[in-house]
Amino acid sequence: MKKVHPDPKAALAGLLRDDMTVMCGGFGLCGIPDELIEAIRESGVKGLTVVSNNAGIDGVGLGKLLETRQVRKMISSYVGENKEFARQYLGGELEIEFNPQGTLAERIRAGGAGIPAFFTKTGVGTKVAEGKEVREFDGEHYVMERGLVADLAIVHAWKGDTEGNLVYRKTARNFNPMMATAAEVTVAQVEHLVQPGEIDPDHIHTPGIFIGRIIHVPTREKRIEQRTVRKRKEPDTAAAAGGGQI
Amino acid sequence: MAWTREQMAERAAKELQDGFYVNLGIGIPTLVSNYIPDGMSVQLQSENGMLGMGPFPFEGEEDPDLINAGKQTITALPTTSYFSSADSFGMIRGGHIDLSILGAMQVAENGDLANWMIPGKMVKGMGGAMDLVAGVKKVVVVMEHVAKNKDGTEAPKLLKACDLPLTGTQVVDMVITDLGVFTIDKKGEGGMTLVELADGVTEDEIRAKTEGAFKVALA
Repeated sequence: MKKVHPDPKAALAGLLRDDMTVMCGGFGLCGIPDELIEAIRESGVKGLTVVSNNAGIDGVGLGKLLETRQVRKMISSYVGENKEFARQYLGGELEIEFNPQGTLAERIRAGGAGIPAFFTKTGVGTKVAEGKEVREFDGEHYVMERGLVADLAIVHAWKGDTEGNLVYRKTARNFNPMMATAAEVTVAQVEHLVQPGEIDPDHIHTPGIFIGRIIHVPTREKRIEQRTVRKRKEPDTAAAAGGGQI
Repeated sequence: MAWTREQMAERAAKELQDGFYVNLGIGIPTLVSNYIPDGMSVQLQSENGMLGMGPFPFEGEEDPDLINAGKQTITALPTTSYFSSADSFGMIRGGHIDLSILGAMQVAENGDLANWMIPGKMVKGMGGAMDLVAGVKKVVVVMEHVAKNKDGTEAPKLLKACDLPLTGTQVVDMVITDLGVFTIDKKGEGGMTLVELADGVTEDEIRAKTEGAFKVALA
């Protein structure tokens, strides 16, 4: 069985239908499967429930699917950077389910690992816990959260082999590895496609069993959401992002 | 004279200890990294999946694959490690991070925190704030002592009970404002205690601008 497909459209052929649930990797615009998002847009599929930490920005990433009203509901932790999102949400056209970021990550991890529910301290006593079971363990209160699965996951990796073994790069890893495990079919786009054996098995982040289809996206324009820099003459410690003294 | 943003950050940096793993929120908390004492080893965690966060890159060296939780371009250090969001929040929820410094809209005298949502306004989401305050060993809030309303009036932010939707219940250990420093006995019955005054600020001024009850134990 060949996992490698020639382009995003071919990789998604037969997988898309209205009202389905799609997990989409990425944090902000970092590590998003932009070419696959574009192909979903071109397919015209509608009524999507999209699980993604963020909702892109206007016209970029998931912002593309919001523009075309293909999304019915978002399951996210933070959606602050998108005007079209705000417009549709305030107009009642778009539903949103906010999950704390760690709860969202763990729901996806659990879903992929066959765990239907788990208990967490996060959100106890807040709106997030309303209507959910709260239980005491060892004198502390925990809220029950459900594992999350999807019909389709789309992920972005730095390198992949033709068997679907994936390696992510730096903070572009984020939600991609869990999402790859939690859908009926996962389609991965990779910047570098190599032959089996070219990636050290000890360095593989996502084993190929989780990847159904794979495409090569060699010429990728990566967007930066907040470009922050420091002047060459300033000492390191003057930069706002700071850093530990080693 | 009340403390400036920088002075508040400098005061918050006194909560750092050698060997700490620390998560800094956006705004004044980010400035705390400028006041890490020389010779002290502190690793900054970025909840999108990185430990050992370095400074902003030099111009022209920005890497779109290397950002912090505020989506800003940053750099790596020799100590850096990268991991997934599930691992990142595993270390947060699991109590492996020593200190979280973050901003707030309201804090109650029992340690309740509100910092993610104002009913009737566009809600952007809580991001990782609920996980951080629930899981990190020590939670320090840095915020202005009062909120300034559009009509020029001031509203207290240190309250008997938060009226905004909560981020966490009984989670805050310390509050640093422009006027002073409070500790909160979040799991016990000790309540809130004023422990430091900013330069030139009086106890009376703080009392006038604080709704929540507090004891006084100035050093």
